[in-house]
Amino acid sequence: MTRTPDSGARGGALMRLRGLVRKEFLQIVRDPSSIAIAFLMPVALLFLFGYGVSLDSEHVPVAAVVEDAGPDTADFLASLSGSKYFATRIVGSMPEAERELGAGAVDAIVRLRADFAARMRRSDGAPIEVVLNGVNANNARIAQGYIEGAWSTWLAQRAQEEGRAYYVPVQVEQRVWFNSELKSRHFLVPGLVVVIMTLIGALLTAMVMAREWERGTMEALLVTPVRVSEILLGKLIPYFVLGTGGMLLSVAMAVGLFGVPLRGSVWLLFATASLFLMVALGMGMLISSVARSQFVAGQVAIITTFLPAFLLSGFIFDIGSMPAPVRVITHVVAARYFVSIVDTLFLAGDVWAVILPNTAALALMAAIFLGLTWRKSRKRLQ
Amino acid sequence: MWQRIRALLVKELLALLRDRRSRFVLIVPPVIQLLVFGYAATFDLNNIPYAVYDEDSGAAARELLAAFRASANFHERGSIGAAEEIAPLIDGERVLAVIHVGRHFTRDLVAGEPAPLQLIVDGRNSNTALGVVNYARQVVNRFNDAWSADQGLAKPPARLEIRAWFNPNMESRWFFIPGIVGVITLLVTMLVTALSVAREREQGTFDQLLVTPLNPLEMLIGKALPGFLIGTVEATAILAVATLWFHIPLLGSLVTLYVGLLLFLLSAVGIGLMVSSISVTQQQGLMGAFLFMVPAVILSGFATPIANMPVAVQRITLLNPLRYFLIVLRKLFLEGAPFDVLLPQFWPMALIGAVSLALSAWLFRHRMY
Repeated sequence: MTRTPDSGARGGALMRLRGLVRKEFLQIVRDPSSIAIAFLMPVALLFLFGYGVSLDSEHVPVAAVVEDAGPDTADFLASLSGSKYFATRIVGSMPEAERELGAGAVDAIVRLRADFAARMRRSDGAPIEVVLNGVNANNARIAQGYIEGAWSTWLAQRAQEEGRAYYVPVQVEQRVWFNSELKSRHFLVPGLVVVIMTLIGALLTAMVMAREWERGTMEALLVTPVRVSEILLGKLIPYFVLGTGGMLLSVAMAVGLFGVPLRGSVWLLFATASLFLMVALGMGMLISSVARSQFVAGQVAIITTFLPAFLLSGFIFDIGSMPAPVRVITHVVAARYFVSIVDTLFLAGDVWAVILPNTAALALMAAIFLGLTWRKSRKRLQ
Repeated sequence: MWQRIRALLVKELLALLRDRRSRFVLIVPPVIQLLVFGYAATFDLNNIPYAVYDEDSGAAARELLAAFRASANFHERGSIGAAEEIAPLIDGERVLAVIHVGRHFTRDLVAGEPAPLQLIVDGRNSNTALGVVNYARQVVNRFNDAWSADQGLAKPPARLEIRAWFNPNMESRWFFIPGIVGVITLLVTMLVTALSVAREREQGTFDQLLVTPLNPLEMLIGKALPGFLIGTVEATAILAVATLWFHIPLLGSLVTLYVGLLLFLLSAVGIGLMVSSISVTQQQGLMGAFLFMVPAVILSGFATPIANMPVAVQRITLLNPLRYFLIVLRKLFLEGAPFDVLLPQFWPMALIGAVSLALSAWLFRHRMY
C-alpha cells in the first residue's frame, strides 16, 4: 500500500486502531482466563462478600458457669439468653468452661460465683466475672459491648420490678448516620467494586502488556506503521470496556441483589468509576512496560495494586487509625480515593466536599500514570 | 533418580533466580508487605476525629468532655455552636463523630436525673462506627463510675469484671500479624509454583521435559521443591519480623510451627502446581492462582470470622488450607497450643496437599497441547 504521509493519516490511524482493538478483543475472548477474571471473579467475590462474609457477630457462643443456681442468677442468665447476640450454654464448672474457651468452642465465659445472691444485697454489689477470648481483638471488643449492654438492660429491668428508679448518670444515645443498622454488608459490597476494578484494570492489563514484551510481539508491532499512542489506545480501549462491564455488573448486583442503597447519583458513580479505571489501566500498563516478564509483572501488580486496594484503601481498615508513615503511603494508593467516593455515593449521597477532592486526586494520578507509560513505551522504541 | 531430581531442581531455581528483577520481587516485597500491612491491618481505633457541640458548658459537661480529650482513642477537631454544622462535618468526612451535650446536661445530672449524651456517628464503615460507639461508652462508663462515687450514689447490685485471655489488651495487631504471615506465605508459594509449569508450556519447553528420562514422580518433586524451599525461607524471614519487630509473643514451640508450615506449604505447592498444570499460558497460571487465592484469603478467617459465615459457606472453608494454617499460627503464637491440640488442623492440610500433588502429576501427562 502506498500513501503519502499526510493523505488519509486520520483515517489510517482509525483503521489501525480498529485493527488493534479487534486483535485485543479476540485475545480476550479466546483466553478463558481473561473472561474469568473480568466476570467470574467479580460475581464470586460479590457473592462471598454479600452473603458469606460479615463482621456482624450474632449468637456469640457464651459458656455460663453458675455456681449457685437461684432466682437472681436465673434472672441474669435469662437476659443473656433472651438476646439475639448470644448463644448461651450452661457449663458445669470453671475448668470445663476454660477448656472450651481454649478450644474455641465458646468466645466468652460468664461466671456467677456461689455467693452471687448474697453479695447482691451488700452495698458494693456482686461481681459478674467475664472472660473473653482476646485472640480476635475486634470480636472480643464487640462481645464486650454486647455483654455490657445486656448487663445494663438487666439492671434497669430489675430496678423497675422492684419499683426503684433506675439511674445511670450519663446515658449515651447513639445516632449512626447512613447505616443505622450497622450492616457491614453495606460498606463491604461497595468497597468490593473498587477491588474488582483494580483487578481488571491493573492486574489483567499488566499481564497482557508484559506478554507482548516477553513474546517479542511488541517489537513486531512496533515495526508496523502503528504509532506508540495507537498501541497504547488499542490496549486501553478493550480493557476499559471489560472493566466497565465488571463495574456495571458489580453495581447492579450490589443494588439489586444485596439491597445496598445507592443514595448518590448513578451518573456521578459511573463518571468517577471511569476515571478510576483509567488510573488502574495506567498503573497496569506502566508496570508491564517496566517489568517486561509476566512473572515479574504479575507479582508487582499484586503487590502494588491489589493488596493495597484491600488493606490500605480504607475499604476494611480505618486509615485514620494507621500510624503516620503508613497514612502517608495510603496517599499514593488510588483505591483510597475511590473507596471514599464509592462509600459516600452509595451510603451518604452526592457530598461534593468528599467527591471533588478525591476526583481531583484520581485525575492527577491518571495523568501521571498514563503519561509515564507513554514516555516509557516511546523510549523502548529507540 | 536423585541426580535427575537435583538437575531439575537446579534448573528450576535458576529459572526463578537468574533474572535480577524476579529475584527482587521474590525477596524484597514480602518483608515490606509485612511491615506496611502489619501496621495498617488493625481494627483498633485511635485518634478518632470528633467535634464537640456543647450547649451546656456546665461543670459536669466540661468534666466529661475533658475525659474524651484525655482518651488516646479520641482526638478533638474543634467545637461547633449550632446543630446545622453537624451535617457538613460528618458528610464531608472531617470528623467520625459529633458529641452533643444538651442544654440541661449539668442541671439534670446535679439534680440526680439521667442526662442523655448524644453521639452522632458516621456509619459509612459500620465496623468503625461500632468501634467509635464502644470506645465512647467506655469513656462514659468511667465518668459514670467516678460521678456516682463522688455523689455517694448507691452502687448497682452487680458489676462486670471483664478480662481478656491470650491478648489482655485486646490489640488486634496480635490477631492480624500471624494472619499476614500465613497470607504472604501463600502468596509467594502460589506465585512461584503456579507459573512454573505454565511458563514451560507457553515456551514449549515442557514437551522437551516430557521426553527426558524423568518419570512423573521425579518431575513432580523437581517442580515442587523450589516452592517448598522459597516458601520456607520467606516464611522464616517474615516470622522473624513478626516476633522481633512487632513483638508478637510466640508462646508455642518452633518445631510445631514448622510442622504446620511444611504441611501448609505442601498443600499450597500442590494447589499451585495443579493450577499450573491446567494452564497453557502464564497468564492463565497467574489468573488461576488468583482465582484460588482471593477466595482462599476471604474464606480463611483472616479478617472476618468463619463463625459469622452462613453454614454452607463454613463448609466450603473446610477445603481451604489457609483456614487451617491461620488457626495453627494464632493458636501457637498467642495461646501456645501443644502439638496434639493442633492435630485436627494438621491432617486436613496434609490431605489437601497429597490429593493436589497427585492430581498435578497426573495432569502433567494428560494435558497436552
